[in-house]
Amino acid sequence: MMQHLVVFPIVVPLVAGILLLYRREGLIRFKRAVSVVATLMLLAVSMALVGRASSGEILYYALGDWQPPFGIVLVLDRLSALMLLLTSVLALGAVVFACAGDDEKGSNFHGLFQWQLLGINGAFLTGDLFNLFVFFEVLLLASYALLLHGGGKARIQSGVYYVVMNLAGSSLFLIAAGILYGALGTLNLADMAIRVAELPADRQGLVTAGGLILLVVFGLKSAILPLYFWLPRAYAAAPAPVAALFAIMTKVGIYAILRVYLLIFGDAAGPLAALEQAWVWWLGLATLVASAVGILSSRDLRLLIAYLVLLSVGTLLVCAGMRSEVSASALLYYLIHTTLITGGLFLLAEMIGVQRGKAGTRLVKARPLVQGKALSLLFFIGAIAVVGVPPLSGAIGKALVLAAADDAQRLWLWPTLLFASLASLVALSRAGSTLFWRSAHGSPSGSRLPALQWFGVIWLLSAAPLLVVFAHPVSVYTQATAEQLANPERLTEALLSPSRGHL
Amino acid sequence: METLYAVTTGVLSACGLYLTLRGRTFPVVVGLTLLSYAVNLFLFSMGGLTTDGPALVHGEGVYADPLPQALVLTAIVIGFAMTAFVVILAMRARSELGNDQVDGKKEDRE
Repeated sequence: MMQHLVVFPIVVPLVAGILLLYRREGLIRFKRAVSVVATLMLLAVSMALVGRASSGEILYYALGDWQPPFGIVLVLDRLSALMLLLTSVLALGAVVFACAGDDEKGSNFHGLFQWQLLGINGAFLTGDLFNLFVFFEVLLLASYALLLHGGGKARIQSGVYYVVMNLAGSSLFLIAAGILYGALGTLNLADMAIRVAELPADRQGLVTAGGLILLVVFGLKSAILPLYFWLPRAYAAAPAPVAALFAIMTKVGIYAILRVYLLIFGDAAGPLAALEQAWVWWLGLATLVASAVGILSSRDLRLLIAYLVLLSVGTLLVCAGMRSEVSASALLYYLIHTTLITGGLFLLAEMIGVQRGKAGTRLVKARPLVQGKALSLLFFIGAIAVVGVPPLSGAIGKALVLAAADDAQRLWLWPTLLFASLASLVALSRAGSTLFWRSAHGSPSGSRLPALQWFGVIWLLSAAPLLVVFAHPVSVYTQATAEQLANPERLTEALLSPSRGHL
Repeated sequence: METLYAVTTGVLSACGLYLTLRGRTFPVVVGLTLLSYAVNLFLFSMGGLTTDGPALVHGEGVYADPLPQALVLTAIVIGFAMTAFVVILAMRARSELGNDQVDGKKEDRE
């Protein structure tokens, strides 16, 4: 049973998604129950998997018992277990929030939601490059439909951008996978790592080209500087629970960068080692600057939060670009914090927008809010956490990132990151005072918000104090993960030594 | 055969790239389709081009690498689904936004 647990994060949402497609309309209570129960099961499974992976053991699941490097494998190490747990925590908040009524604004919300989870979980678990592509497509196809959930001009407009960009990205992914297969003769990530280390000199050019084309694809997913233009509008236009779930989508790109480049182009790769480092580092810094400009120029709360997602992407990318064990650990801590907090803020923005009536989330003077005190308190917590002011999780996360830089990197990182944080502090305090204080005279006329929405927001935003209270166990886990990532030979040994023994 | 194959793939991807960069949704969709054809051909050739060889490893003689064929099959299915989706999306955008520009803005930029 324990052995099959690794495949559960893929099977549970798959089965739930199929059940949920039974009828397009109606049966809303049944669908909500199935969706929430499936997400809870996912949470339980991923907690068990984190417990299993925290010992440092690397598990793999060979589908159809075709042993690696030939069959399709799912690999569970500390990193993938952590990402699975993060996804299910975020998904629970989003799906409960959606049950308050957002799921009825279009058809098949819950089915698509589960399939999106299927794609995300699959991308975190898969052990070969081609299945990474397949799971990317699964999560993208579900996200295309979810982005358009509820319809409307803004969504269609940003949807066309998003879909076209990602289709072009998929073509590039296939080209990169093709080149790497042609040069290395395998698609299993662990096997690729071994072959790169033994690569004859005349093929290095091909592998370099393949590796860098792959970086373009992952950069597009994670929204690195010249490739981020689809993100702000798509995230600002998406329905709130979908936007909250999208908070993990950019992190799928970051995960793929960590996984592929630390494993295949690790220290053993000789001249090809750290192939991506310069690109990721400099473009990450540039992304930070671009996001600061976007944050300062946003005139809408949702757009502002979308640019905050971009800020977090920039921070994560510079961490990945530093490429040390300390920075990988800082990256993972910051990743947990930022995913949950920006997800919670997207949900909160929707609640604020509903209570402000016609003004919505635009940062203009509008009527006062019915539940202004509670909403402003939550906004305050979320804003403090996301900017990185003590005592909440953002402060620890940013401090870890700043401390991870070495002397030469500090010169670039510290001013850029601190300037971007200052920009978000300015923009969020301006947004908060407009939303909650500069209201027009008159009595509030909106209705009170459903309890499920409050649950969703509080569930996600409570990460801010909890990550501080449990900072020690979390950082012990992230350090152990970083240590495991820095030693990719453990993964290749765990996967390939039995079959190598047979051959 | 290698030259013919390479030229075909190159011409397809060049046309696909040009059309993808156009401003209206229809050329963009056709461009993406051409691009995916080019990618499929490219992927197929990655195991090396073999004529008259079965896609099986059977001890002796020439055989074609079966893995790229499986990959191409998957890529075709996914590409087909994506094309169907983007066509519908383009039609929705045309009817909701009242024009067929990719950015949804009215003025003609061509």
